[in-house]
Amino acid sequence: MKTFNYHSAKDVKEASKLASSNSAFLAGGMTTIPSMKLGLASYKDIIDIKRIKKLTGIKVSGKTVTIGATTKHSEVASSKDVKKAIPSLAALAEGIGDPQVRNRGTIGGSIANNDPAADYPSACIALNATIHTNNRSIDAEKFFRGMFETCLKSTEVIETIEFSIPEKSSYQKLPNPASRYAIIGVYVAKHKTGINVGVTGAKSCVYNDKDLAGALTKNFSSSAIDSVKISSSGMNSDIHASSDYRANMVKAFTKKAVDAC
Amino acid sequence: MASLVGSRVERKEDKRFLTGKGRYTSDINIANQTYAIFIRSPHARAKIKKIDTSKALKSSGVVDILTGEHIAQDKIGGLIAGWAIRSEDGSEMKCPANPPLAKDSVNFVGDPIAVVFAETLDEARAAAELVKVDYKVLKAVSNLGEAMNSEAIHDGIDKNLCYDWLLGDRQKTNEAFDKADKIIKLDIVNNRLIPNAMEPRACVIDYNTASEEITCYTTSQNPHLSRLIMSAFGGVAPENKLRVVAPDVGGGFGSKINLYNEEIVCSWASKKIERPIKWVAERTESFLTDTHGRDHITHAELAVTNDGKFLGFKNETIANLGAYARVFGTVTPTYLFGPCATGVYIMPAAYSNVKAVYTNTAPVDAYRGAGRPEATYTIERIVDKAAMELGMDPIEIRMKNFPTEFPFKQTLVHQIDSGDYVAGLNKAKEMADYDGFAVRKKESESKGKLRGIGVTSYFEACGIAPSPVVMMLGCGVGLWESAEVRFNPTGQVTVYTGSHSHGQSHQTTFAQIAADELGVPIENIDVVHGDTDKGTFGMGTYGSRSLTVGGIAIVNACKKIVNKGKRIAAKMLEASPDEIDFKNGEFVVAKSNKKKTIGEVAFASYLPGVRDEVKSPLPEGDEPGLIESSFFDPANFSFPAGSHICEVEIDPETGHVKLDKYTAVDDFGTIVNPLIVEGQVHGGLAQGIGQALYENAQYDDSGQLITASYMDYTMPRADDLPDFNLGFTCTKATTNPLGVKGCGEAGTIAATPTVMNAVINALGGKEISLPATAEKVWKACKEMKKSNAKAA
Ligand SMILES: Cc1cc2nc3c(=O)[nH]c(=O)nc-3n(C[C@H](O)[C@H](O)[C@H](O)COP(=O)(O)OP(=O)(O)OC[C@H]3O[C@@H](n4cnc5c(N)ncnc54)[C@H](O)[C@@H]3O)c2cc1C
Repeated sequence: MKTFNYHSAKDVKEASKLASSNSAFLAGGMTTIPSMKLGLASYKDIIDIKRIKKLTGIKVSGKTVTIGATTKHSEVASSKDVKKAIPSLAALAEGIGDPQVRNRGTIGGSIANNDPAADYPSACIALNATIHTNNRSIDAEKFFRGMFETCLKSTEVIETIEFSIPEKSSYQKLPNPASRYAIIGVYVAKHKTGINVGVTGAKSCVYNDKDLAGALTKNFSSSAIDSVKISSSGMNSDIHASSDYRANMVKAFTKKAVDAC
Repeated sequence: MASLVGSRVERKEDKRFLTGKGRYTSDINIANQTYAIFIRSPHARAKIKKIDTSKALKSSGVVDILTGEHIAQDKIGGLIAGWAIRSEDGSEMKCPANPPLAKDSVNFVGDPIAVVFAETLDEARAAAELVKVDYKVLKAVSNLGEAMNSEAIHDGIDKNLCYDWLLGDRQKTNEAFDKADKIIKLDIVNNRLIPNAMEPRACVIDYNTASEEITCYTTSQNPHLSRLIMSAFGGVAPENKLRVVAPDVGGGFGSKINLYNEEIVCSWASKKIERPIKWVAERTESFLTDTHGRDHITHAELAVTNDGKFLGFKNETIANLGAYARVFGTVTPTYLFGPCATGVYIMPAAYSNVKAVYTNTAPVDAYRGAGRPEATYTIERIVDKAAMELGMDPIEIRMKNFPTEFPFKQTLVHQIDSGDYVAGLNKAKEMADYDGFAVRKKESESKGKLRGIGVTSYFEACGIAPSPVVMMLGCGVGLWESAEVRFNPTGQVTVYTGSHSHGQSHQTTFAQIAADELGVPIENIDVVHGDTDKGTFGMGTYGSRSLTVGGIAIVNACKKIVNKGKRIAAKMLEASPDEIDFKNGEFVVAKSNKKKTIGEVAFASYLPGVRDEVKSPLPEGDEPGLIESSFFDPANFSFPAGSHICEVEIDPETGHVKLDKYTAVDDFGTIVNPLIVEGQVHGGLAQGIGQALYENAQYDDSGQLITASYMDYTMPRADDLPDFNLGFTCTKATTNPLGVKGCGEAGTIAATPTVMNAVINALGGKEISLPATAEKVWKACKEMKKSNAKAA
């Protein structure tokens, strides 16, 4: 690991001020630290944001669940409020990595990182999330840009993520047997305003599958998507799953999700 | 005192392991130590044109940088194959030189070429990045199936062939096949595995500039053997100036049998730089350079009659040795594999032909089961296929071909002393509720799932002794084991063993048997192992040999203690030695109440005299002290056997295989500690199941290992496994006084075919290759659906 400067920011303003194109925020460190150790990434400044009280916590109010950026996966998984308002979101958090990862990894870090196989981005898409940063509010559909890419600026700090509470929802994941990230993860959510099918793991970036959502809007049942064709072009392919298998699993797991709703 | 053999004594070692107090190699630090970083080839095959260390040598904190040139100048020898195997045509096997640091060419990704020693680990790492190596990259041979038709990777080794070995009689087998009603054919690939011991390899070297003695702390399964090889073949130092210590070792599974490049290099270098050296592998280095396991391509044929009798068996296998032949590399796919390939059956004629080839991949060596899992997978898969093609029940066909009389002369090599295969399979059948399977299958089907049941019956040959036999087969050393039992004057006992424990719990098991032999409380018995300066020579732990060979040496040494004790007690009690009975730690004069405890006798043996009188408790000719040693060389291998049955449930929509039930019935002869034996079976099963469903080491065409981390290499996890349903039958071994058989590898040997037979059963007999990953199973389900639709 190369040497770097460590800062512990007392508030969001200071964190943002310290940040540059050669820095990283340290939330759970579950991505940043391994990539630095493996020599895949190096930074001049590491800005610890864990001490900023304002960034952590869970709030349910009427139609939304708002989760602070440094809230850990284990906290979301075990939160009575989340379990009650959006049980599928608590279940998603419970299925991330292993206990050690869940006890450190954070929701803000996860979505800022936008790993193509991460779980939370699909929830953001399916649950019409708004990502609140220190200087703007961004719709999830616009937030995720590509592989490990978001619209965040390097000095921008995610403060909270605000999810709409759906009528029904379910997240179904086919875990990579080795890493347990998602080979495919499908988040189906039925809102008053419409249906979203957030798909992660399949392509270079999470997306809302409009064809599946369309079929489900007409008829919210697993048989409704039988006739939807899912192309394997543009899908990821690796030693654990070919693109063809992934394409088929998007459908299979959408069905599972609809059945579980 | 009740016998401890057979009781569930809790593991003496658990307290220190579970409270984080284990002392592993990387816990050892020596004042003034330097840190080593190895520079490894990033290419699978290349010529080394030039190594430029000039910039790195100037880097901060660097003590020295050594390369293959230095090793060659000092005439340090390389790594060796421990077994010489002859080809069918009588020619000797061909092995390339394997210098500890490559000088001219590299042959797999991770092959070490140089080493940096620096004051800190960070400085060593930084300097290593400055070493410039100029390679001429050559086309790698990474595909096993094509290796024999590819360019030779080692000079003078034609077709990359180490040997073309035959065991058995081709002609007799062909004649048997001529009489067959049916010939079953099977092509299988035995997937390559990475052992993944929890503790990565490491070594800490301390060179004593005064005594000129090198102490090498290392992660080894067999420290004496490492010392022997490092001295005799490496020429690093004479054996009396070399001490090898393997302290707590966190798992080996075969991958820590070998003496590796790093131990030779650091031991040699420590003397050269006159500084202690510490090296600890990173996980990626473990993936790349620990010896791998399995990796066979096999074509097998089984000749049967219409009523399911076996007539003959053919086994044509290509085995991957990787880049170099290592200690058990050449014997694993021959004598540890070939004989067991005919399974637990009466097989009138058979042969095993194995071609072992070199490829530009990590060396392949013994991995838990070593050869026997590959053999058992081959025979048990083809037997199931035969049952299916003949329309027979898998249990019925096995029962029909079991031997029922023992000793049983197995077709290819072994004389099996004892066993009862029928009882084992019957017990497994009952415990697994085999007859209730049809109902459970219906239930699964009603949920849209497929259910399959798989059966395996196995025997295996472990212990890997007697010495004259293994040396006749080509082993470079005798595979006996030694023990020394020492009484202290105040009555505690220290047992020194040449076996090594890296998870096997010798501290407990060996103490139990010594406690029974000596009548001393188990708390007063310490078991010491893993240090060449303590105790006698030892051959180490592998091939499930610790108890059957090492344990018996302890029993025999204890018996010598008791014999000497009898003589001393007789003198003390003024009786004759044959009047003395020894029981529960007491020497008693027959038909009297005159007795001495073994503690009193030990005390007297060290203090042989009394005040004011010239009087010794020692009989004429007996020396003071109570210390005895024994070297045990058994009459034969040990032959555990058993039957396993499992059930899987498959989701045809995703291909996910759920291992639902697993029953294992094993015959390990006498069981010293059921708790520990069950643990061994559990761990073995997990690894066998890993091979069946998850693990698969893969190289790409250029010889890069693409499963070099846990992000890609799938290990079985606790939540993948069901509760194991274990049972035992017992036929005692007749080749050792305890009647024990090896138990360390059985689970691994039986589990892979058991699981695959169940998966393939669920798929209606459709063959799929190891491991049965979700995608492969999903594809098979899709094809099954198609062909079912066609049929309907
Ligand atoms: C073994 C292992 C298994 C895992 N399995 C899964 C899995 O199954 N599913 C899954 O989804 N994930 C998985 N993860 C990822 C894990 O869940 C973490 O969420 C992820 O590593 C990032 O979160 P973090 O808090 O650790 O972020 P960090 O590593 O601290 O930061 C990651 C990046 O996010 C940026 N960042 C962090 N917080 C903010 C913020 N508030 N505002 C702006 N930028 C920010 C940082 O600058 C950095 O670039 C796994 C990780 C490991 C190590």
